[in-house]
Amino acid sequence: PIHKEDKVKRVGIKKILIANRGEIACRVMRTAQKLGVQTVAVYSDADRHAKHVHDADEAVHIGPAPASASYLNASAIVTAALETQAQAIHPGYGFLSESSQFAELCKQKGIIFMGPPSAAIQAMGDKSVAKTMMSAAGVPVVPGYHGEDQSVLLLQAEANRIGYPVLIKATQGGGGKGMRIVHSESEFSESLASAQRESQAAFGDSRVLIEKYVSQPRHIEVQIFGDKHGNVVHLNERDCSVQRRHQKIIEEAPAPHITSEFRQRIGQAAVNAAKAVGYESAGTVEFIVDTLSGDFYFMEMNTRLQVEHPVTEMVTGQDLVEWQIRVASGEVLPLQQDQIKLSGHSFEARIYAENVPKGFLPAAGLLHHYHPPAISSTVRVESGVGKGDAVSVFYDPMIAKLVVWGQDRSAALIKLHDCLTKFQISGLPTNIGFLKTLANHHAFAAGDVDTHFIERFKPDLLPVPLVKQDDAVPQETRVGAALAAAAISTTSSRSKEMGSKGFIWNSELGFRLNHEYSRILHFDWKPEAGDVPLVPLALRVTHGKLGDYTVEGHKLEKICITGKQVESDSHEYRLHVNNKSTSLSLVQFHQGGVSHVDLWEGERHHQFTVPMPQFDTSDELSGEHRSSGGQHERNQVQTPGAVIAPMAGRVVKLFADNGIKVKKGDAILVLEAMKMEHVVKAPVEGWVRGCKIEVGQQVSDNTILCHIEVGILEMN
Amino acid sequence: AAASFGGWRRAFMSLDQDLNILRDDVDSKSKDFVENRNAMEELLLDLRQQVEKVRLGGGSKALERHKKRNKFLPRERIDHLLDPASPFVELSQLAGLELYDEPLAAGGIVTGLGLVHGQLCMFIANDPTVKGGTYYPITVKKHLRAQEIAAQCNLPCIYLVDSGGANLPRQADVFPDRDHFGRIFYNQAQMSAAGIPQIALVLGSCTAGGAYVPAMADESVIVKGNGTIFLAGPPLVKAATGEDVSPEDLGGAALHCKVSGVADHFAADELHALAIGRKIVQNLHLAGVTNKAPQDCFKSVDEKIREPLYSTEELHGIVPTDRRKSYDVRSVIARIVDGSEFNEFKKLYGTTLVTGFARIMGQPVGIVANNGILFTESALKGAHFIQLCAQRHIPLIFLQNITGFMVGSRSEASGIAKAGAKMVMAVACAKVPKITIIVGGSYGAGNYGMCGRAYSPNFLFMWPNARISVMGGSQAAGVLAQVEREKHKRDHTTWSAEEEEKFKAKVMDGYDKEGHPYYASARLWDDGIIDPADTRKVLALCLSACSQTAPQVSSYGVFRM
Repeated sequence: PIHKEDKVKRVGIKKILIANRGEIACRVMRTAQKLGVQTVAVYSDADRHAKHVHDADEAVHIGPAPASASYLNASAIVTAALETQAQAIHPGYGFLSESSQFAELCKQKGIIFMGPPSAAIQAMGDKSVAKTMMSAAGVPVVPGYHGEDQSVLLLQAEANRIGYPVLIKATQGGGGKGMRIVHSESEFSESLASAQRESQAAFGDSRVLIEKYVSQPRHIEVQIFGDKHGNVVHLNERDCSVQRRHQKIIEEAPAPHITSEFRQRIGQAAVNAAKAVGYESAGTVEFIVDTLSGDFYFMEMNTRLQVEHPVTEMVTGQDLVEWQIRVASGEVLPLQQDQIKLSGHSFEARIYAENVPKGFLPAAGLLHHYHPPAISSTVRVESGVGKGDAVSVFYDPMIAKLVVWGQDRSAALIKLHDCLTKFQISGLPTNIGFLKTLANHHAFAAGDVDTHFIERFKPDLLPVPLVKQDDAVPQETRVGAALAAAAISTTSSRSKEMGSKGFIWNSELGFRLNHEYSRILHFDWKPEAGDVPLVPLALRVTHGKLGDYTVEGHKLEKICITGKQVESDSHEYRLHVNNKSTSLSLVQFHQGGVSHVDLWEGERHHQFTVPMPQFDTSDELSGEHRSSGGQHERNQVQTPGAVIAPMAGRVVKLFADNGIKVKKGDAILVLEAMKMEHVVKAPVEGWVRGCKIEVGQQVSDNTILCHIEVGILEMN
Repeated sequence: AAASFGGWRRAFMSLDQDLNILRDDVDSKSKDFVENRNAMEELLLDLRQQVEKVRLGGGSKALERHKKRNKFLPRERIDHLLDPASPFVELSQLAGLELYDEPLAAGGIVTGLGLVHGQLCMFIANDPTVKGGTYYPITVKKHLRAQEIAAQCNLPCIYLVDSGGANLPRQADVFPDRDHFGRIFYNQAQMSAAGIPQIALVLGSCTAGGAYVPAMADESVIVKGNGTIFLAGPPLVKAATGEDVSPEDLGGAALHCKVSGVADHFAADELHALAIGRKIVQNLHLAGVTNKAPQDCFKSVDEKIREPLYSTEELHGIVPTDRRKSYDVRSVIARIVDGSEFNEFKKLYGTTLVTGFARIMGQPVGIVANNGILFTESALKGAHFIQLCAQRHIPLIFLQNITGFMVGSRSEASGIAKAGAKMVMAVACAKVPKITIIVGGSYGAGNYGMCGRAYSPNFLFMWPNARISVMGGSQAAGVLAQVEREKHKRDHTTWSAEEEEKFKAKVMDGYDKEGHPYYASARLWDDGIIDPADTRKVLALCLSACSQTAPQVSSYGVFRM
């Protein structure tokens, strides 16, 4: 039973604590500061120097890096709020945002929880309970079984009743964990068992529910808002159909190809759903829409402000965080339903540190270069990081959200693509290139979206691995390398040593007497498509007498380049290439003993590494002869038997030990990152050697974990 | 119209706007210009071909043998040591040209200036492909000259050692004298004492006297396998003591780094050695150099570099093919100095010598340039101006194009010798950086007054069209023919006009050959031959190199009044 307070007390909120990190913490603080509300940040050991800590008026340390000990530590956060005399806590999304216990704890301590009442969270948190309630309230739900009885036989019977394909979902699930699609009766029991295992591991609860699986579904959700006076409105819908690993990456508002009549129906259904649980504050009701029939079903309700809320803000002109603060203060909703407008179109692209070709595996690392597009009234960049910050393995690998607005969908899409082109990040793999391809895709442009979009167009969207090495290097990559070589050559090795600013020796680059200076620059091209070897490129750069450069290389005709750095110490260059003037950005950095060169030119982002000579100093002691002979060595020395960590993560299970024989494909160990488990397998058959890994150890991306030695094991 | 305007307009401009900018009306389409340019470009083409040949070192066979040992060529070694794309001013590329019966590319040693971690350094690299890197007399001279420049400019020295030591057949010309082999180590000691770092990278053999280069260095690196240091090689050891020992055991990297301590850093291969060399320079700390210029010395350097108003390439068409033809040296100055701005000193007095202040890539200079024969007034003006620059610590640039001092009774009576002596005294004693460029003729006492080699300019370069000799070929032929004719008269022998012409032609040929810049450069009378179009850059780089020393007070001897 939902209890509603009758008398609403007005509280002037002067200070709020944000129980979150990253971009959402920064985003909440921005509105708070706009309203003159003081902000308190909380931070873990890993976030001591994070942007959200810097942006807040005050910040409190709440524990070590792992979220379970910091951002999920409810009592530490409440204590921080009490100590700093914050009247309210904004939970953001994720972490404690949908914890009814936390909401309850806040209430007990007299702190306003900026979200719905704990009862509403609890009701919506249990999917079975939620569906029953929704059915009762007249909100359409997907046919399915949401019962307490979890006997295998019963579940099997229910699945048969609903009709295949069916979906098995963890009752407590979210984010695609503990979810299985079953196409036929014969697969059912196996899928059920694995879903239950995963659910047990992730949520400590193995209960599942079974639903009709919609084969061409769209994911449309409705932003709703309720106040303490019983008013609930909706702020139109969002389409979040485009997902990978059951996680959204691109969202838009309004949903393409829907009628206003449909909008009104689905909006009303969402309002009814919220009212059924006595909802307050921001929430999202998610529906699954059958593209074929046009029917929609209630899926779940997210009882928090969502990641993609900015698209709604862009098309309605409202600040939802401001609404949250006002509702929390006891105010009536700022607008009535008929006052809420819908104008233009908005997209949000989530920029993740992830390895697209390796199946979107999360990545971690340092942002050696971070240069988002210029923000304006139609472009928002929501980010909790900046240049030099780290994306750690402890938290979500989202780097930023890019939000754009346009007069209509196609205008917004053009803007999205342009902004993605201008979004420069280097130091770790990102999905920017993938998002660009996606935004450029004809089906996406046509609004022909469903939740299988990426799967459907995979060959178009994912970079294709090269078959042959050198021949397959695209011409534009060769030109890109030539531009990088020329740009690097215009960059002087500035030094403070000689004092005076006009030290001539730093300006006359490449000057030689009575001959021309030319040198060969070696690059290794890193193709976008995952696990392919680096492709070596060599370019001869000749310095001309008049400050011009000639670049030539294998399968590359001579290119004449003049130009310079836009400003000294900037990463921007203006080059004149064969009668064309182009702008480009070049970033050089060292990471893990590897020198990287990133170049942005037009729509392209080229990534190169620079092979460095390896000096074997071991024989300084031993006298043994093992020298590189002045040869340049590739950075990634990958022997066929090397077992390499595909992502940064923690070793949770170790199957193989030194000296054990493994077959190709045998599991060596299990890595966990971002709550996802990844099995690392043996690349070849042989004996495990050089394994110094322990369970619980943190490993970084691309490190060699051990070797599989092919051939006979020497017994000694 | 005279510059007259009401005071109210003054607020928008300063009086020095556009003042003293050289206006030049050289017509680059004129017949003369095109002819001159073609002639100069032919000279330059030849020069580049000579340099190209020199850069190949000691021939393809020696190169191949060298590469097989996993060694880089000396210029490649230097390129690896230099900061990426750092300028490199190579000195005396044509040293040793046609000097001996056998070719000796670049004199068997590569020297020059460039940056390592932003620190300007002097490089001295043996070329083992040229006669095994052994020291010919000119090799020694070039080595010592590089050290002299380093000492003068406070530049750390990096020795890339790969040499068989003194050239034994020529030991008498390289071993015993003051400016012979021994002086190399004397210089190392003196520079080290003055706080100028001495760094040796042993990339090949370092035998006998050569062993002292790394041994005398402040810090040294040796390459495993290729690098050896010993006073006597295995054959000599065998002969002397009967001991049978491999080069590596006798003086290899392991021995010298672990046992003898002759070398400090062990390199796995050559590239490693060069990488260590760069690290050594990075770790230098030159605060201890006593005569290093303090930072505020450069106060007067312009931060923004103004290019000349006229293209430096046009210098190719300005210098007449006929050396007797005169041209205004201001056309040269206009293409060398910042904004073509030249503040002339005593413009109306002694007009055959042009003196004035300018800047070259922001650096202040005083320019002394010939514009004809030196008269008494010109010499006096020169002496005055040189003293002025010395007083103000302004570096001097000499642009030599001088046939000599005016001769004749009127001239002698005016005391031209006295005036010339004043200029020579001033040049000799002015303690400011001096750079001489021979842009035309350099004859007779004019060479002295205009800071010839004997006056130790910090750098001296020649243009490819330049000539240097005690007097012009035809004058010399005339003088010698007259002496000869008188001898014939005394002996009552006949000397036909034809014979006289032949005699004269022979003398003139000799002068022509010996006055040629290649002949001069081969003997290290200069620091190199440069393209006129590079003059501005070379001057700027060298000025910057010699501005690393603290200003010194000049004092002079007795000026004959």
